[in-house]
Amino acid sequence: MSSATLSNTAIKQPNKLVLWFRYLRRNPSLTFGLLILLFLVIFTVYGLLTIDPKDAYPLAVRSKQPPSLEYPLGTDFFGRDLYAAMVVGMWQTAVIGIVAGALGTIIGTILGFISAYFGGFIDTAVTSICQILIPIPAFLIQVVIAGSIDKRSVTIFTMAFVVLLLAWMGPTLVIRAQVLSMKERQFVSVAKLSGMTSLGIIFKEILPNLLPFIAAAFIAQVFQAVFASFYLAIVGLGPVREPLLGNTIWAAQTQGAFFNGWWWWPIGPAVAMILILGSLALINMGMDELANPRIRKSE
Amino acid sequence: MANLLEFKNVSKVYSRGKVENVALDNLSFTLKEEEPTILTVAGESGSGKTTLAMLLLGFISATYGQILYKGKDIDTLRGNEKMSFRKEVQAVFQDPFAVFNPFYTVDHLLEVPIRRFKLSKSKKETRDKMAEALTAVGLQPDEIFGRFPHQLSGGQRQRINIARALVMRPKVLVADEPVSMVDASLRANILETLQVLQKDYGVSIIYITHDLTTAFHIANSIMVFYRGSVMEAGGVDEVIKTPQHPYTQLLVDSIPWPDLDRRWGQTDLVPSEDTVIGEGCKFSSRCPHAMEICKTRPGLFQLEPYQAASCYLYEEKPKLEGENLSSALPI
Amino acid sequence: MNPVLKVVDLEVSYYTDAGRAKALDRVNLELHAGEKLGLVGESGSGKSTMALAMMRMIKPPGRIEHGKVMVGDIDLMKLSEDEMLDARLSEIAYIPQGAMNSLNPVTRIGSQMTDAIKAHQPRMPKAQMKERAIHALESVELKPDVFRMYAHELSGGMKQRVCIAIGILLEPKVIIADEPTSALDVVTQRQVMETINNIQETIGAAIILIGHDMGLMAQSMDKVAVMYAGRLVEVSKVREMFTDPKHPYSQALIRSLPKLDVKGVFQGIPGLAPSLLRLPSGCHFHPRCQERMDHCDSVRPENQVLASGRRVTCHLYDEEAKEAKQVPA
Repeated sequence: MSSATLSNTAIKQPNKLVLWFRYLRRNPSLTFGLLILLFLVIFTVYGLLTIDPKDAYPLAVRSKQPPSLEYPLGTDFFGRDLYAAMVVGMWQTAVIGIVAGALGTIIGTILGFISAYFGGFIDTAVTSICQILIPIPAFLIQVVIAGSIDKRSVTIFTMAFVVLLLAWMGPTLVIRAQVLSMKERQFVSVAKLSGMTSLGIIFKEILPNLLPFIAAAFIAQVFQAVFASFYLAIVGLGPVREPLLGNTIWAAQTQGAFFNGWWWWPIGPAVAMILILGSLALINMGMDELANPRIRKSE
Repeated sequence: MANLLEFKNVSKVYSRGKVENVALDNLSFTLKEEEPTILTVAGESGSGKTTLAMLLLGFISATYGQILYKGKDIDTLRGNEKMSFRKEVQAVFQDPFAVFNPFYTVDHLLEVPIRRFKLSKSKKETRDKMAEALTAVGLQPDEIFGRFPHQLSGGQRQRINIARALVMRPKVLVADEPVSMVDASLRANILETLQVLQKDYGVSIIYITHDLTTAFHIANSIMVFYRGSVMEAGGVDEVIKTPQHPYTQLLVDSIPWPDLDRRWGQTDLVPSEDTVIGEGCKFSSRCPHAMEICKTRPGLFQLEPYQAASCYLYEEKPKLEGENLSSALPI
Repeated sequence: MNPVLKVVDLEVSYYTDAGRAKALDRVNLELHAGEKLGLVGESGSGKSTMALAMMRMIKPPGRIEHGKVMVGDIDLMKLSEDEMLDARLSEIAYIPQGAMNSLNPVTRIGSQMTDAIKAHQPRMPKAQMKERAIHALESVELKPDVFRMYAHELSGGMKQRVCIAIGILLEPKVIIADEPTSALDVVTQRQVMETINNIQETIGAAIILIGHDMGLMAQSMDKVAVMYAGRLVEVSKVREMFTDPKHPYSQALIRSLPKLDVKGVFQGIPGLAPSLLRLPSGCHFHPRCQERMDHCDSVRPENQVLASGRRVTCHLYDEEAKEAKQVPA
């Protein structure tokens, strides 16, 4: 039996961190998105550590003050410290985004797997629901639902729930499509030959390969959730007392901030919204490229 | 004399509405346990050879007939018996790369069966068994452990596939075109490995291919398929050196020999897309010797102790019943 | 007679995260009209890169560093993007590996063929384009009906022949076919090879067939070129290659071929082909060479011409090549 006479001709891969850095250089979308997000996270964490959350609620401080050293973003008509309001608002936005996004992704992934792997009635039911509901603009459904809840029982969690109701469908279809194609791959047949059960194959063989898709779906869902919390709050359907970024803008608009010369009121949340959505969108675009198997092969 | 594997009048038919496609047509043969052998199933695409592999591995069920493993119908196996069957009937596939899950190192391919079939009691024992299998196929374990599939050559990957099968000490190995996607210069090693499996580890190999040259070198017996039926069967020397069925003759004639004095293409070619399968002999529309009687399906005729062909050219020879096909195979 | 294809000192590198891989290392090749050259080598030896480089289809992170590719009198490397676009298919055609799977599934074969013609000769009247396409189909022994068919209605062998037909539409001087029969059965393979032979005789093009099946080369080619680790180690006429190979790697290749008379004897080539990222110094084959000499690991062997016209890249023939140079042609 002829054996190799050369010892070890395999290439030495440079260590993983270096490869990651090189990749980030090639993917500016992802890099910028992550940097902006990092900045926002630091801002929020620092803010939470330094402010008194009570200041974010009405009647906490003197009202209608322009920006100054004591109140970096000024105060509003109701007596909120706008800087504190923004910090708390960012935090609450993050909670809605992550909770709704994570739950939506988890449910979507589970449903996607079950539909694709086992097929049959469940598959037909799930895909039919998705195909009927997805074309309807989520905004309409959410407005109807949010509008019919009693104003007093609206909290950030009800908002997250409203978003979640529709968030699971996107990931379901994406994951289902991937699992359908993966289950025909030969390494799945070989796993069967090696004695693996269906469940084992789902978790150990298919799931690891889907992590990039799941991550991309998660980012997309967080984006949708954050965006939904903005537009629902801006039209006044959010928990009005909370300093949600959208709420602040809604309050500023209904109190006629610009007419009254309180120009500083909506600025913070507006800029924050742009940065948050922008960073999530950039990360999402960057993830698309990462999840694409053609790119992955070159790693 | 226990029968390890038995095909009893097995047919596989795919129907789509009114259109029927007979992938495998009433095949019967047996493999005995005590004499590990290498049996070639040869044919072009559409011959039914892949269907045979899928049936054998239990990935699809027969439409008619039974497949028996150690006397039991494989469709009826459950629990421990099913696990036993799984462990003892293994496969090596054509594409050395596709069998690896890109997420894991190549170790994963060998670890999974050891774990699932409880072949070891400790991590060290697992590692040892893996190293043993890798060495048996001619690889150096140090060069293989911890590597990803794209870091290895096609030949190495395919040998790891064989090592995976070996780890389970199977009785039957279905090798579906194991070298066709491997570079010609690396094939020799893989073929040698298969022979080692048969001689030293007592594994019967069902070698599926359309490449008669490699079949000639490692197999003992051969069955040549065309459109789901056996055209010729027998010892590999007899069938390849002196093919009797016109189809086998066509196949042998089309082999590109690396020898300039042995030219291919002496016989005329009727391209297969121009032909239609009727009630009679499946090959008749492409056959240079087609006669009137070929409009009915010929049975098998025994030409030599180890050669039988399904062709009316040999009408005078003794008939061989389909169920006794295996008697023409020198196993 | 001037060669219809002349490749001079072609060099291609791939700049990957793990380093620079030299895929083609000063490759020289000549082909005359009507000649059929088989290019063999293991995966990773550089054969497909050679085809892509000749077509100027190398994409980043690959780069053509150096070299000339002359088709007739034109150096393809000196052409502008537009001129090269025009040269592809009309001067030099490429049938890639797996081409039969890249036929457009939703348009008819005929439109795919006329599209190719249109791209080069937009003013040609439709009827004439159709005529040319049908003529090409008939040259590859397909019925004119195929013009109106879709890819899924054809068998593997037929699809491959369609790809060949597309390759000959504009009667190029050079046709490069990359593993045209690797996915086909042995009988269909014979058919396709016979087709390639026929069309080559009709339009007189030079053909480069890339593959690794030595038997196929023996049965259908005039010359064989062997690649190893990015270098062309030998170019010989086919009979010479199989009866008297010069380079040790070619010799090992020929020895490893299964023969019909001796059963069960296998002679694999010991060792592994080197990664293009970490090539051995001097001669790339020296770690596996049984006839290695002292300077083989430090001095790079040159591509030399021997008296018989054969080309070898090996120190064993340094003397012979020197003598060949001194004798006037």
